Amino acid sequence: MNRNNLVSISDISKDEILQLLRQTQYFEQNPNHKILDGRVVATLFFEPSTRTRLSFETAVNRLGGRVIGFSDASTTSSSKGETLKDTIKMVSNYVDLIIMRHYLEGAARYATEVTDTPIINAGDGANQHPSQTMLDLYSIYKTQGRLENLNITLVGDLKYGRTVHSLLMAMQYFSPTFRFVACNELQMPQEYKAFCDEKGIRYTEHTDFSEEVINTSDIIYMTRVQRERFTDIMEYERVKNLYNLHNSMLDRSRDNLRILHPLPRVTEIALDVDDNPKAYYFQQAQNGLYARQALICRALGIEVPEAANDMNA
Amino acid sequence: MTTPKKELAVAALRCGTVIDHIPSNVLFKAVRILGIENMTNHVTIGNNLDSDKLGTKGIIKIADVEFPEATLNRIALIAPRAKVNVIRDYAVVEKHRVTLPDSIVGIVRCGNPKCITNNEPMKTRFEVIDRDNVTIRCHYCGHTVNSKEAQID
Repeated sequence: MNRNNLVSISDISKDEILQLLRQTQYFEQNPNHKILDGRVVATLFFEPSTRTRLSFETAVNRLGGRVIGFSDASTTSSSKGETLKDTIKMVSNYVDLIIMRHYLEGAARYATEVTDTPIINAGDGANQHPSQTMLDLYSIYKTQGRLENLNITLVGDLKYGRTVHSLLMAMQYFSPTFRFVACNELQMPQEYKAFCDEKGIRYTEHTDFSEEVINTSDIIYMTRVQRERFTDIMEYERVKNLYNLHNSMLDRSRDNLRILHPLPRVTEIALDVDDNPKAYYFQQAQNGLYARQALICRALGIEVPEAANDMNA
Repeated sequence: MTTPKKELAVAALRCGTVIDHIPSNVLFKAVRILGIENMTNHVTIGNNLDSDKLGTKGIIKIADVEFPEATLNRIALIAPRAKVNVIRDYAVVEKHRVTLPDSIVGIVRCGNPKCITNNEPMKTRFEVIDRDNVTIRCHYCGHTVNSKEAQID
């Protein structure tokens, strides 16, 4: 097991989160810093992804490293029944770092136990997605100028949406007030509400995506109701359009409000929101590049300069 | 008709281990966890016996075997009040409760069908997160379950 693994956002402390955010800012200012010369990184995507894989691969390339990997497990030996353990042990022989996404929950944690090569979890089923959390935190910090004491509204699929779970856990250090907006079938799981109670994090639950909630939010974090997380397609059809955001709903929202979304979106954010300056999801995705550059360097134990700022939230 | 005395319910043991105060509904799970099914020693299993503490209880007597502590503690998950008596030459030489370990490896099956442990040839691992209610969390996928609902392999 490598101590620089990143499986869950809870693997890193508040201080390390703040350090990574300063490094993320450094990479935003200096995206082409060639410090991975001679390093080879594997991106193993057992489950399809566009943004996460491309931004990780771009991050490696901009840092001057090389990438091997696959984006479709059906072209690999896992389709012949090879175990995850064997795939990881084999790839470990070739590379300095493994970045992996898997459809099974706990896959990344297990991978760390079978190799000494560092592992970055790029998403394991509905479980954890820590690099998304780092870019979300960076986007919140950048747009609000702080992480402390914000009203954060999480909307859509709070049951299966791993990004909201990880974000919730990371925000524990920054005294947020959460609003959970979801239909009954997709409520925030009890274990995360218990986590909030334990950490003294304020939250309220809403089934109505109301004006009052929108107009008192600093951040609205929209999520897609993901078809692949449903076993009952009829249930999916019934709930998929309940929490859509339209531009007119933002008329009386706060000036500092920003709309975040991990993307891809389907219909939950109407296209007319895109031109609103409060829409931030495309810049958010761009921030993913810089956040992942910082995470790759952390995993490889490479020192990164930090942008000088007042990030001591 | 008189009620037979409790002591007569099961025969005395010369040497071996007696595990008492197992809730009746989990007795056979405990038998399985301890691997008693495959033993060739004399084994006496009693169930639905009267118990002041539990209402009814189960008891297991295994002749000529003393279990390692870690093995016995595996049943703490389902029988947290079980009592172990080590018998040598008809005398109880040791008597103690089982204790719940901090983590439980390879007994409980994770209830999450999408958990890696249900899809790879590997051992499960759970951490005890609430000792009072015996709630455990999967080390891999984070799924939590109360021991009463836990599926025992």
